[in-house]
Amino acid sequence: MAIDTQPGHRLDKRPGGKRGPNPARRVVEDTGRVLQDNGALVALLVLVLVLSFWTSNFFTATNLLNVGVQAAVTAILAFGVTFAIVSGGIDLSVGSVAAFSGVMLGWFTTTQGMPVFVGVLLAILSGTACGLLNGILISYGKLPPFIATLAMLSAARGLAQVVSEGSPVVLPDSLSWIGKTIGEWLPVPVIVMIVMGLLAALVLNRTYSGRSMYAIGGNEEAAHLSGIRVRRQKLVIYTLVGAFAAVAGIVLASRLASAQPTAAEGYELDAIAAVVIGGASLAGGVGKASGTLIGALILAVLRNGLNLLDVSAFWQQVVIGVVIALAVLLDTLRRRA
Amino acid sequence: MTTPDPPPARELLRTEGIRKTFPGVVALDGVDFDLRAGEVHVLLGENGAGKSTLIKVLSGTYRPDEGRVLCDGRTVRIADAEAAEKLGIATIHQEFNLVPHLSVAENIFLGRQPRRLGLVDRRKMEADAKVLLDRVGITASPRTPVGKLGIAGRQMVEIAKALSLRTRILIMDEPTAVLTAEEVNRLFAIVRKLRAEGVGIVFITHHLEEIPAIGDRVTVLRDGRSVGQVPAGTRQEELVRLMVGRSIEQQYPRQAAPAQGAGAGSGAPLLRVTGLRRQGVFDNVSFEVRAGEVVGIAGLVGAGRTEVVRAVFGADRYDAGRVEVSGKRLPGGDVWASHSAGLGLVPEDRKGQGLLPDASVSENLGLVTLREASKGGLVDRAGQRRAASRIAERLGVRMAGLDQHVRTLSGGNQQKVVIGKWLLANSRVLILDEPTRGIDVGAKVEIYQLINELTASGHAVLMISSDLPEVLGMSDRVLVMSQGRIAGELTAREATQDAVMALAVGTSAPGTSEMEDSPRGH
Repeated sequence: MAIDTQPGHRLDKRPGGKRGPNPARRVVEDTGRVLQDNGALVALLVLVLVLSFWTSNFFTATNLLNVGVQAAVTAILAFGVTFAIVSGGIDLSVGSVAAFSGVMLGWFTTTQGMPVFVGVLLAILSGTACGLLNGILISYGKLPPFIATLAMLSAARGLAQVVSEGSPVVLPDSLSWIGKTIGEWLPVPVIVMIVMGLLAALVLNRTYSGRSMYAIGGNEEAAHLSGIRVRRQKLVIYTLVGAFAAVAGIVLASRLASAQPTAAEGYELDAIAAVVIGGASLAGGVGKASGTLIGALILAVLRNGLNLLDVSAFWQQVVIGVVIALAVLLDTLRRRA
Repeated sequence: MTTPDPPPARELLRTEGIRKTFPGVVALDGVDFDLRAGEVHVLLGENGAGKSTLIKVLSGTYRPDEGRVLCDGRTVRIADAEAAEKLGIATIHQEFNLVPHLSVAENIFLGRQPRRLGLVDRRKMEADAKVLLDRVGITASPRTPVGKLGIAGRQMVEIAKALSLRTRILIMDEPTAVLTAEEVNRLFAIVRKLRAEGVGIVFITHHLEEIPAIGDRVTVLRDGRSVGQVPAGTRQEELVRLMVGRSIEQQYPRQAAPAQGAGAGSGAPLLRVTGLRRQGVFDNVSFEVRAGEVVGIAGLVGAGRTEVVRAVFGADRYDAGRVEVSGKRLPGGDVWASHSAGLGLVPEDRKGQGLLPDASVSENLGLVTLREASKGGLVDRAGQRRAASRIAERLGVRMAGLDQHVRTLSGGNQQKVVIGKWLLANSRVLILDEPTRGIDVGAKVEIYQLINELTASGHAVLMISSDLPEVLGMSDRVLVMSQGRIAGELTAREATQDAVMALAVGTSAPGTSEMEDSPRGH
């Protein structure tokens, strides 16, 4: 439509409308679209509603906070993984890196006898270093993210075993507050989750690195030719993922009051599931922190609800699998429509 | 729709009043079209006129909202690609549907491999493929991986695939856009052969001079409507008038700035390249581009034009030489440094290299200026949006809004977005690599006018183009490249098609015959 002799001809003023004169129908259509655009949120609300009516003890403050605590570690890991996925990559190492960071926390604070806040800082640095190494392998070693982080999945887990000599490290009492509650009701893990979520949203929406993630995931060559330093940004991206994994590892270890080298095994897959359920595309360029949070909450609510309903752990796995497939299936159908 | 003479051949296909809408856009608004056995029916129209949508309706990708499609006089519903295949309709899209790592034979028979005892009968498949390859006249072995063939070879594989399906209706979407002149001639020979065999061919092209060479009838689409059906011998001016709804007085409205341009005209050299060399790719490339000037780079495919400008821009490295922008030397291999120095590149592959197809217009426009728009680590997105809105308005980007995905814009408007992101970055030197490739006539003129405005305001433009009339019409000076070197420089006055071609072929280059730039269809 180069030289348009009739401007406005091609552009229907009301996108999406089927030019129906019936206002009631339009309201229905608009509502439908809002629901479709927020499929994951709707699914979460439906899930909460159903469980509230079905079981007497789901919709209680105690249980909901419990769900929050259960979601926290997955959500924090998933916020980090969102960075990788939005930029068109993946990070499989977050579970191992979380365990490694937790073990390092134990080692610094007990074996080395360091003050707690120094230990926490060094633990975060340990995870960040793993992420940085991932980033170096990916951006300068030109390894595919899948391979680089698969290697780290093994290596970080091994290092956790080496440092802890294969057995759990009991954390000092001064650390247990991270796993507990403030004012007798507000769990610290939930606060950390919210803070990390806001941080992830800020990074994605408002920082140069965050916008670069969308550009690199959308079209890496175009991003490069637009002056974005793709390699340096990839370094930043995977380093951030490592930092988020470390925070998750610290929360997890504090909750358990001990750092276990086998902790968070398989959590990387839960994290990826949360990101994908939240609407991100594995092809890159699409994804939101809020979506990831909803994805993590859906997983936690499901597990919690199935427990309350006395569904066996085995069947729970089946249900989770079905939910992941359904979420992506619905999303694909919506995009095609 | 009246036909000039009584139907000489059986009618294969007819569409009546096809209408198709997408959210916000009426893509087709009453298209009447018909195709007879043994004819080449050219479908002509600007990008966005509805050609692609129409062929997607015919190939089963889209279902029309209104109107009907008749095949052999019977109304048919083409629900999907399979239904189209059953009716004998095959489509060769601009982007080929081939698997690069699989062999030619496997690609031709993909999903329909001949089987024996449930296993793929490789020998029969390759023998059958050989027969088809002979028919389209390529010599490649059926075992060659498709990825090793050139563009023309891949196209022939697509045609062979269509033939293997007993196609009666072959739709070709801009098949010549990616071919050299010699390859175009070979393609035409095959198309004529198929026509003689009674195949009906729908042929889409932007090259008007190809129409009398290959076509029988022409249907012109404009704004989603069929606005006329004329014989292929119709004069070009008339075809252009039908396409754009008015005649385009001057196709290349270059207003040379140096003479008239206020201030900028004196022309300080903004870009200076000295002795640039990359082993085995280009050597001893030196030139400069002054403020207010358009310097064109002509040459054959493979002469190294794109490689040179990518190296100048810092997208690729070079071994020796220097690049200066406004007197400042660039480090080389660093796009960010080029951008900071005021150099911008509009790459040749718009979708693959220039755009984030699934991001919004506003995000694409803000891509280059992302860092400048950051304060204290945070990007001022509202400010970016305002800037994007300003530049989109200035460039006349036709869109539903700043949030529209650029994938859904027409080619010309996409190109404006790519140029716009550099204008937002205040780039004073713009390198345009094939800026109007795949863009319709009307949008081309808008791009030319934009180039004029830029040079008038003191920008410098370096333009690669394989469209010889374009490079001659728009450049103040023309550099001709041949085999990685600058074979010569011509002033606008000296630059004729013959002079450029003589340099491009070069006496030192015997055996070079593929000449993409030669005017086609003569």
